[in-house]
Amino acid sequence: MSQTLPISVTVNGKAVEKSVEPRLLLADFIRHEVGLTGTHVGCEHGVCGACTILFDGKPVRSCIMLAVQANGHEITTVEGLAASEDNMHPIQNAFWEAHGLQCGFCTPGILMTLVPFLEENKDPSEAEVREAISGNLCRCTGYQHIVDATLLAAKKLNEVAE
Amino acid sequence: MKPAPFEYHAPTSLEAALELKAQHGDDGKPLAGGQSLIPAMNFRVAQPSVLIDLNHVPELRHINKPNGAVHIGSMTLQSTAEHDALVAEHTPLLYEAIPNIAHPQIRNRGTVGGSLAHADPASELPVVALALGAKFRAQSAKAERWIEAKDFFAGLFATTLQPDEILTEIAFPTKTPRTGYCFTEVARRHGDYAMAGLAAIVELDANQTISAAKLVYLNVGDGPVDAASAAASLIGKAPDAPAFKEAGRIASQEDMSPYGNVHATPEYQRHLSAVLTERALAKASEGAKAAK
Repeated sequence: MSQTLPISVTVNGKAVEKSVEPRLLLADFIRHEVGLTGTHVGCEHGVCGACTILFDGKPVRSCIMLAVQANGHEITTVEGLAASEDNMHPIQNAFWEAHGLQCGFCTPGILMTLVPFLEENKDPSEAEVREAISGNLCRCTGYQHIVDATLLAAKKLNEVAE
Repeated sequence: MKPAPFEYHAPTSLEAALELKAQHGDDGKPLAGGQSLIPAMNFRVAQPSVLIDLNHVPELRHINKPNGAVHIGSMTLQSTAEHDALVAEHTPLLYEAIPNIAHPQIRNRGTVGGSLAHADPASELPVVALALGAKFRAQSAKAERWIEAKDFFAGLFATTLQPDEILTEIAFPTKTPRTGYCFTEVARRHGDYAMAGLAAIVELDANQTISAAKLVYLNVGDGPVDAASAAASLIGKAPDAPAFKEAGRIASQEDMSPYGNVHATPEYQRHLSAVLTERALAKASEGAKAAK
């Protein structure tokens, strides 16, 4: 049963064409086939949120999707956020300034969860931020600095928009 | 933590999907949102030999209201239903329950039909479906039938769908006059599996006494648990705190047999269910008073 299927996926704006086994998880496709290791694989059963990516613009967990299911779709990973190496996304800058990470393992998933959240919620409350990141586990920070960074990011994004 | 090999099919029409299901029967596992199935495959708890991916079947994604019920295609995303105007206006219980399903990332992939067909006793949608008396449309290559919610769930992770059938649509009855609804649950963290929770429906007559009631609980049995004797205890009574407390006592002590889990002992699940019953009945009764 070594069925392989050709797939064509747009990853961070670039077309990627590969032939993959149907059982290959999307997270592993991103890391091993596309070579983008910013998407982290933690629990591998949809609980920790480290592998969160944008699938057609919406946050989903890439460890509980098959790569073949991304055929014809657009995905964005954490590598797709910054305009260039020295020009980070406002959310990334806010996490840097407000110490929104320690070991950094959960950070890509949290950023990919927050990008669409902050697009839809320009001025979120602390409670709303905590609910938004409830599907992302962090074992270092105790979440306080992540919440601070997110509120700072909202402020920065509003400044950019003005 | 990787799935075992399987044969993958991605039919692009309902007809093709039903033919594949007829051909493979129990070996052909439908893949809906995959938010429960793929984790189980990662653990190799589930090792289906054939996956029939329904994500490319356009006939299964729709929400409409033909007559007295909101019909939701089984492959409709939970996040689509969550933000749908028909769902919000006509099925308030469903609308209130959906945000309790896991996290936004899960609801962006998870489907309404997938959650119902998975029949996890801890999940929200089976409770809502049983409380409202929803109907399930099961189609095979040869025939189709509608299954009542009370006949659909058949124990832990089990339904009465036949090996050649696919759940294609669910009809949720729309709200009725003088009736109030409430869904509530308690989880350790927002989005986690709830330790206890329920859907409550209260109908008041012209004299403001309770003329009909329904109480259905999650995670306290092999499936959604219909607390019929607790609901019956409310009939003919005024919607007040003593009546709600007694209903909570009957539901938690007589109508359910919780197993307990790592987060809650059976006694604690009974306690939570009793307290939540009082809150849900108070809110549903207020809703019924306000409803025309």
